[in-house]
Formats: sequence, C-alpha cells, structure tokens
Amino acid sequence: MKKLKKTTAIDFATYAGVILAFVVITVMKDQGMLTRSLKGQLVPICCYIVMAVSLNLTVGVLGELSLGHAGFMSVGAFSGVVAAMGLQSAIPSEPLRLAIALVVGAAFAAMAGAIVGVPVLRLRGDYLAIVTLAFGEIIKELINCLIVGVDSQGLHLIFNATGTKGVSDLGLLEGGKVLIKGAQGATGTQTIASFTAGFILIMVSLVVVLNLVRSRSGRAIMALRDNRIAAESVGINVTKYKLMAFVTSAALAGAAGALYGLNFSNLVATKFDFNTSILVLVFVVLGGLGNIWGSILAATVLTILPEALRGFDDYRMLIYAVVLILVMLATNNPQLKALLAKLIPHSRKGEEANA
Amino acid sequence: MPKLKSQNDSPLVPMPTDSYIPERDLGKSPVLEARHLGIDFGGLTAVDDFNLTIGRTEIAGLIGPNGAGKTTVFNLLTKVYQPTRGTIMIDGIDTHGMTTAQVNKLGVARTFQNIRLFDNLSVEDNVKLGMHNQIKYGMVSGILRLPSYWKQERIAHERALELLSIFDMQDLAGVKAGSLPYGAQRRLEIVRALGTNPSLLLLDEPAAGMNPSETAELMENIIKIRDTFQIAIMLIEHDMNLVMGICEGICVLNFGKVIAKGTPEDIQSNPVVIEAYLGKKKEA
Repeated sequence: MKKLKKTTAIDFATYAGVILAFVVITVMKDQGMLTRSLKGQLVPICCYIVMAVSLNLTVGVLGELSLGHAGFMSVGAFSGVVAAMGLQSAIPSEPLRLAIALVVGAAFAAMAGAIVGVPVLRLRGDYLAIVTLAFGEIIKELINCLIVGVDSQGLHLIFNATGTKGVSDLGLLEGGKVLIKGAQGATGTQTIASFTAGFILIMVSLVVVLNLVRSRSGRAIMALRDNRIAAESVGINVTKYKLMAFVTSAALAGAAGALYGLNFSNLVATKFDFNTSILVLVFVVLGGLGNIWGSILAATVLTILPEALRGFDDYRMLIYAVVLILVMLATNNPQLKALLAKLIPHSRKGEEANA
Repeated sequence: MPKLKSQNDSPLVPMPTDSYIPERDLGKSPVLEARHLGIDFGGLTAVDDFNLTIGRTEIAGLIGPNGAGKTTVFNLLTKVYQPTRGTIMIDGIDTHGMTTAQVNKLGVARTFQNIRLFDNLSVEDNVKLGMHNQIKYGMVSGILRLPSYWKQERIAHERALELLSIFDMQDLAGVKAGSLPYGAQRRLEIVRALGTNPSLLLLDEPAAGMNPSETAELMENIIKIRDTFQIAIMLIEHDMNLVMGICEGICVLNFGKVIAKGTPEDIQSNPVVIEAYLGKKKEA
C-alpha cells in the first residue's frame, strides 16, 4: 500500500525552490554573470511558468484537455497593454500600473474563460479540447481586426472586420496615441515588465493553485477527475467546480499574458497561436500531470533550451525534439526511477504524492 | 414482526398493498416512496411499475436474478437515470427533475457495484469528499487560508477519522485509496457515503468478493450503522445468508418487474420467487 507523503512539505519545497532561484538569478544579474540573451529570456520564462502552472490546473488537476491556453494569454496580453498604456498619464507609478494591467488582463481572460466554459463544461467528452482549439484561433483573428487608441477623451475602439478602416478612423485628438493597430498588433508599448514582477506573479499563482488544490474546492475538482459519477453521488456540483478550475486557470493565463505583453514594445496576435498552446501543453505533460513543481521545471528548461542550443545552428530544433523524447523515455523508465529513488530518497516520495 | 401497511390513499391509481415496513417505523413518514417507477432504454423496458416504501430505520433488501434491473433501480433512485414514468419521494419531497447531487443533498447516499473511489486521493480525502456539503467555506477562504478554512478542516479531519473508525480504518487515513485491498475499498465506499449524512443508504452488492467471515462482520456493521445513525439502508445482494439474515423487508425483481415483496420468511416460501431463481419444476 502506498502511503501518501504530507503534501504540505512538497508545497513548501516548491515555494522555497522558486524563491531560491529568484535570489540566485537576481544576484547573478547584478554581478553581470548572465548573457544578454538569457537576460532577455527572464520575463518570458516567468510568463511560461505561470502559463504551465495554470494549464496544469485544467489538464492535470481537473483532467480536461484545453488546446487554446494561448488564447487566454492573448486576451490578457492585449487588454493588459491597453490598460497600462491608457493609464500612462493618470498613474505615473510604473509598478502600480503594471499591477493594474495584470489584474485587468486576468479579469478579461477570466471573462473569456467563463464565456467558453459555461456552455462547454456541461458536456461530457472531448468537447472542451475542440472548443478551446477554436477559441484560440478566433481570438487571434478578432485581435487582428482590432484598432484601439487613447487620447484625452478616453479610449477609442474600432472593429475593422471589413479591412477598410485604418488608424485615421479612430478620430484621435491631438496628443492621442494608437495602442493596437490591427494586424500590426500593439506597437510602441512602454516595457514596464520586470523580472521581480514575474517572480511575484509566479508566487501568487503558486499560492492560488496549490492552496486551491489542498482545499475543499480543490478536492472536489480532483474528485471530478478521478470519478465523475462518484463525485455526483456525494453531492458535488459538477459544472460549478469544472468552471471554477477552468476560469481560475484562464485568469492566471491572462495575468501571464499581460506581463508578457508589457515586456515587448511590439506584439502581434499571431504570437499566441496554436503552437504556443501546444508548447505550454508540452511543459505540463513533460513536468507531470498535476505536478506543479514539474511544470515549473519543464517550462524553465524548455524555454532556455532552444536559446542554449543556438550554437547547433540548423540542427537546433532537431536536438530540441531529441531531448524531449529522451526525457519522456527516461522519466517513464522503471529502472531509472528506481535508481533515482536510491540516489535521492526524497524524490521518490515526491513522485508518489504527485503521481 | 413486520406488519402489513395499506397505502390506499389515492382514489385514481391503485396503490400496492404489499409494501412492508417494520412496526417501529409505522408512525413515522417513510424515507422513500417510489410509485409506478419505470424506465425505457429505446424500446427496451428495463424497469416497469416499481413500487416501494422504505421505513425510517428499515433495512431493506432488493434481490433478483442477474439482469433483473436491480442496479437500474438504484440508478433511478439516485437520478443517474431520469425515470421515464413514475415518482420518487424522498422524505416526502418529489425528486422530479433533480440531479444526482441534489438528491444526495436530500439524503440519499450510495455505493457502487463496481467500486468507484477517488483512486488518486487519500482515504481521508475520500471521506472528506463525502462530507463536502457539510464543510462550509468557499473558494476564497480556501485560497487565502482564512480562519474558517483552518477551523472547518480541523472539524472535518476529526469527523473523517471518527467515521473511518466504524470499520477500524483510521490508521489507513493517509493511504492512497486506489492502493487499498478490495475489501477495504468496499468499506471505504460505505464510509464515504455515510459522510454525506444520509437518511437512506443504498448499498450495491456490499459483500461481493468477501469471504464468509468478512461477510459476517459486514452484517454486524450494517446493523451497527443503522442503530448508530438511525437511518434506512437498502441493499442489493446475491449472498442470501446476508439478505435473509439482516433484511426486514425484501423486494424481488425479475425482468424489471416486482414479483414479490415481504418478510424474509414470505420470500423464502414464495413459489414465484423460487421459479424466478431456479426455473419451473417439470411436470412428471
């Protein structure tokens, strides 16, 4: 019989690991020990970690497949950029504006999550995967048609569905600024995202996801994954808890998107396409379903890896794929698992608790 | 001991007059009343005109040959299937259009023939999930770990261990439910169902796969549960020693229809029941 280890110990180890990594990297950054490309990767890595942790809530904890997680990131990114840039004159403090942008991004993504989730999560089967796949594509096209500007009168917004309208149709007053230019995306964004903000966002999403999973609501969500019929028989409202997990997951992805959007001066909607959704799904699967620290590790390694492999030039993506396959084979190998268990007694317990 | 109770209270629809409930429950309203219950799957009638009344603290049995529709009756009572015809009253409340979760809140809990535990969660978490609707704190309190979280979780932990101690399982609280031995999984399902604070407990083949000594222990425990919690229990079982040993009223189902109802003594001597189980005696 397998004894479950106290899960709180694993949670604390996860928090401690993230804090330690943050301190080490900050020191290294200040000492000038990081390469320029790696420095540029710090905020995106934070965003991808939050994406992976939040998708793990849907895929690993709730057990529903979502193929449009990048769509929520996109909603968060563009609403966050509009919020941050629109409030530029009203709120001069950058950290405060960044915080507001993250909250706005999370709120809009949560709304999008609810719109997708309310009808689809009532169904049984693979419908969520199909609908989220479509959602990701629809969001991309919608934002491609969006022209947004701001001036002293407030926000101006045109939906350019016919492709005939342009920036001049916004009717901006003098001193106004265009924030999103249709297919050109958000341009001239002030990059106020910082590594510290990324770290705080990771910590917040860890607190949300880990504490949710260990609470009454989280138990109900995991019960739905393990056995829906039994969960209903003990009085658990299926739609409510599915929606809770899905919307929370979407909100965190929106906050990650807002941070991502404010890290680049130019951002196009096609960045958040199907490939990005699959990339995040790969982080989750490779890190282990329901395993939060695994998601963090996988997101970090797999974001750095393509950059680190630049020296291999044309064979870069080939080696990336080979590494992926080897890691999957290795983590599924019983002999290797046993060996690891002997070497690090703690890792085995951790694996069981998260299995 | 059990006494005939006439239920001719509707002038339009003739009520069955052969429902038995124990004498001590006669003054109280019945916990369950099913009237003319039926369900069709396409053209197939799986259950038809099923009538049953269960007293407040009765232990009732539902028996019948394989494929008679016993589990379908449980699925109808718990609204896993919506009945095509008829009404189900729980504590006098019509459950028409309700979901499984809503019926559970009214006080119907069940176990499953093919065990359905939350395999990846601990034994304690399985019981706490049974108590889900008695633990009162929301998502935000859980995420922020407000005082209500700590208080409610502590109470839930103590209550879960208390319930597990019925089957002497409190030492297994930290074990993963899926890795328990078969018998313990069956017992855990009963504990989880009790966690929902039911007034009617439905047990689907609780003794399946148990040896005679385990079955004897289970019989004692079922009676103990009824006496401690003062609830009604209805069970489907093929082990006739168990059924005849503890059930006060028995309902026999064959081809989706009730063929006999009564006390164990009545059922044992009923020629229709014997025919359903063993076939007709050939005329010499």
